[in-house]
Amino acid sequence: MSLINDPVDRKDTARKKYCRFKKAGIKYVDYKDPNFLLKFVNEQGKILPRRLTGNSLKFQRKVSVAIKRARHLALLPFVADGLK
Amino acid sequence: MFQNQYETVFILTPVLSETQIKEAVEKFKKTLTDNGAELVHEEHWGLRKLAYTIQHKNTGYYQLFQYKADAKIVAVLETDFKRDERVMRYLTTKLDKYALDYSDRRSKGLIGKKNVEPAKAEKAEATTEENA
Repeated sequence: MSLINDPVDRKDTARKKYCRFKKAGIKYVDYKDPNFLLKFVNEQGKILPRRLTGNSLKFQRKVSVAIKRARHLALLPFVADGLK
Repeated sequence: MFQNQYETVFILTPVLSETQIKEAVEKFKKTLTDNGAELVHEEHWGLRKLAYTIQHKNTGYYQLFQYKADAKIVAVLETDFKRDERVMRYLTTKLDKYALDYSDRRSKGLIGKKNVEPAKAEKAEATTEENA
């Protein structure tokens, strides 16, 4: 056994995250479309963090505002069990 | 004078009949137009299931207004909502330039998946040709 750390072979599968809004050129996050917003919440209906979705800060803010508006209009639940 | 565009979505109780809903919608439309607002677009989503219960109800009639108005009118409309028992929820948002662009496309029925868009356009063209 060598005392020097062997280089670890990283698999190429670890792809870099990207902001889907920037990539798709979406400028406005619509609060009236609950099916789309469902991508940014977990099963309990909580908003997913940026480190999981890969959103840029600008669009993460817009997403979170849109989700909160959708919740107010009962388009999305505040709390849920097994949303997905 | 420059006027902002606003968008209001409100939920009416499901206990109302069709005519009562129309009457309520007309009433709020009237408060808008009477105060000098210009209605740009409106949508009736019909009876929808709520994501959670509001006032012990699981469904509601959704209605959307998009209008050009002075900022004062929003307050007038919202007091009307508060005084009306038929309204369970309302939300008014100011539309920025991106939202305006989006709602413009939405009202023309262009919002959806990219693959669907050209197909829809083709269909529309086909129908117009048939009509001609």
